[in-house]
Amino acid sequence: MNLAPPPLPSDDKRWKIVNGTMRRHGFARHALIETLHTVQSSFGFLDDVAIRFVAQSLHVPLSQAFGVATFYNHFSLKPAGKHTCTICLGTACYIKGADRLMAEAEKRLKIKAGHTTPDGNISLMTARCVGACGRAPVILEDSELLGLVEPGVMLEQLERWAAHD
Amino acid sequence: MTSEELLQIAEEANADREASDFEVNVCVALGCLSQHSDKLKDTLTAEAAAASPRTGKRCHVRGTGCMGLCAAGPLVRVGSAADAGAQTLYAGVREGDVKALIESLGGKPVERLTAHLDQYFRGQIPIVLENSGYIDPEKIDEYIGRDGYQALIKALTEMSPQTVIEQISKSGLRGRGGGGYPTGLKWSTVAKAVGAQKYVICNADEGDPGAFMDRSVLESDPQRVIEGMAIAGYAVGASKGYIYVRAEYPLAVTRMTSSLRDARRRGLLGNNICGTTFAFDIEIRLGAGAFVCGEETALIASIEGLRGQPRPRPPYPAVSGLWGSPTLINNVETFANVAPIIRKGAEWYASIGTEKSKGTKVFALTGKITNTGLVEIPMGMPLREIIFGIGGGVPNGRKFKAVQTGGPSGGCIPEEHLDLPISYEALIDVGSMMGSGGMIVMDDTSCMVNVARFFMEFCMTESCGKCIPCRAGTAQMYQLLTKICDGKASHADLDLLIDLCDVVKNTSLCGLGMTAPNPVLSTLRYFKHEYMEHIDHQHCRAGVCACGSKPLSELSQAEVPA
Repeated sequence: MNLAPPPLPSDDKRWKIVNGTMRRHGFARHALIETLHTVQSSFGFLDDVAIRFVAQSLHVPLSQAFGVATFYNHFSLKPAGKHTCTICLGTACYIKGADRLMAEAEKRLKIKAGHTTPDGNISLMTARCVGACGRAPVILEDSELLGLVEPGVMLEQLERWAAHD
Repeated sequence: MTSEELLQIAEEANADREASDFEVNVCVALGCLSQHSDKLKDTLTAEAAAASPRTGKRCHVRGTGCMGLCAAGPLVRVGSAADAGAQTLYAGVREGDVKALIESLGGKPVERLTAHLDQYFRGQIPIVLENSGYIDPEKIDEYIGRDGYQALIKALTEMSPQTVIEQISKSGLRGRGGGGYPTGLKWSTVAKAVGAQKYVICNADEGDPGAFMDRSVLESDPQRVIEGMAIAGYAVGASKGYIYVRAEYPLAVTRMTSSLRDARRRGLLGNNICGTTFAFDIEIRLGAGAFVCGEETALIASIEGLRGQPRPRPPYPAVSGLWGSPTLINNVETFANVAPIIRKGAEWYASIGTEKSKGTKVFALTGKITNTGLVEIPMGMPLREIIFGIGGGVPNGRKFKAVQTGGPSGGCIPEEHLDLPISYEALIDVGSMMGSGGMIVMDDTSCMVNVARFFMEFCMTESCGKCIPCRAGTAQMYQLLTKICDGKASHADLDLLIDLCDVVKNTSLCGLGMTAPNPVLSTLRYFKHEYMEHIDHQHCRAGVCACGSKPLSELSQAEVPA
């Protein structure tokens, strides 16, 4: 089977980065997860176009590509908000009150974990332990790690983000 | 790279080190980094440079790996460069303290910043963590300066693959990922397996919530893991290795990537390593957030670009693993133990620990405990000594209730078993397990039913869905536990829960399902009264469950054990 690789979906330069990852792995099928990682970090999420493009390029059945994209928590099929507040729900954080942080954040943002505010400003996410248990409870404000978090500190940040709208 | 060249690099690295009069070591691992220890390091560097012409002394500021006590960060260790043992450890250092800290060099330590932690470090034996906090993890020469890669050269030039495996077997090293399978036996199975291509995989998919030993080793001493993997590759006849790291550990991935590049540049990975015919190289594979990928067959599926679902064993990966080839899979900490064993000998390693559990184990001590952080203790140390000695006990005058080990696969150990010497067998006997090394202390503000529900929710969402007992069973058990927490359960519900535990435990495909009931079983074993209070009196003594907490006067004393 010698199918020509599909054309890039658009002239967005990020597709070249995605293509680069696949080329580095010789367009082997097992490069699927590595390539989806590249898509996720370049575009922030995996959309239909991206998954189809990657599947076609690597000669992977579409069912397998979607299977992988939906199986792993790290891959998101929806774009994230402008800001992301990630609350760690690992055991150490849970024992130290991460559930209260979550309840406060859900109340303030009026959304459930895993969702984004309707204005697309803030996403509220959970993490399964970021490995900073010594500083529990921890949250990630965008990608910055904050330890020994009190609800007030977190809410202040959420207010600041909301105000910058 | 020959033995002589290695020694020369080591000598140069150490001469470099001793050329300074003082050194300032700043922890730049995740815990302290979250408190901007990188900026602190820059300020210290600038201040030290400014002070140098005035004092005439040279001071080297170094970013190092984890110093253990994450909760007290940012941690800085300063003192004479020639005597690392006599340095002073400072805790909670802020930018404003920098001037005082630099000025104190060579004089009296700054008392208000000094961490008085003799108790924390007493009893610890650093083997895996011997370089953590002492070397710059991004400088391979500093690792070589502390005897790094001597073991690899010794193995390649003085030992046959068979002797290497014999040494590992004799040392008594067992899998540090939690299962405790004898490492030497695993290696010899892979070595004996027939296959043109063999693989070595390092399992760094530390999904167990509440555990961060592997992250710390990867961030603090990455070369140690590479050396361990290369020795394993030589012993089993593999030429290719993979490190499967969680994507949630970006710093570990960055440091590992640059460390692999440095090792290649030094000729310690690649073709003709140390002038022999041995060739070995390592690639990084990113995990994508699936707890089940810690299971070896699921991890292999993930590297192959598939959904991380386990498959029945046998055949074991040692015979048919990655792409059907014989594959050795060990945990980060297991590989981290290899180089010291080869360097110092199996007898030395076997002299530490208990009869069946040798060596040391790194634990992540967290939860309701005074000294939160990473500890490395010899096997056989009683739990009480770890929690109340090293850990400093439960803070805020609260009462110790249980310690959870083994993550979602483990159990909760109550006060009455605290004198238990830590070993693989002893922990299983009390209904928990070693696990990868998370140790979470709970006080009387934690409800044990709620904790069991927390773990069941974890297993439910992380179940890969391949086998029915785990997929459906964890969901049913979670609902039953929620009912109990809400105070809406009956005795029949509890019986059903116990039945389900039995079914899921005995019929699931992989370790995730087989051990998912453990947190329920162990809390039922030691804290059944808490379950009964929820069911019979809609009372949660810790006051965390939805059913609420009732004043004692409303409950008849006879029914509520103390």
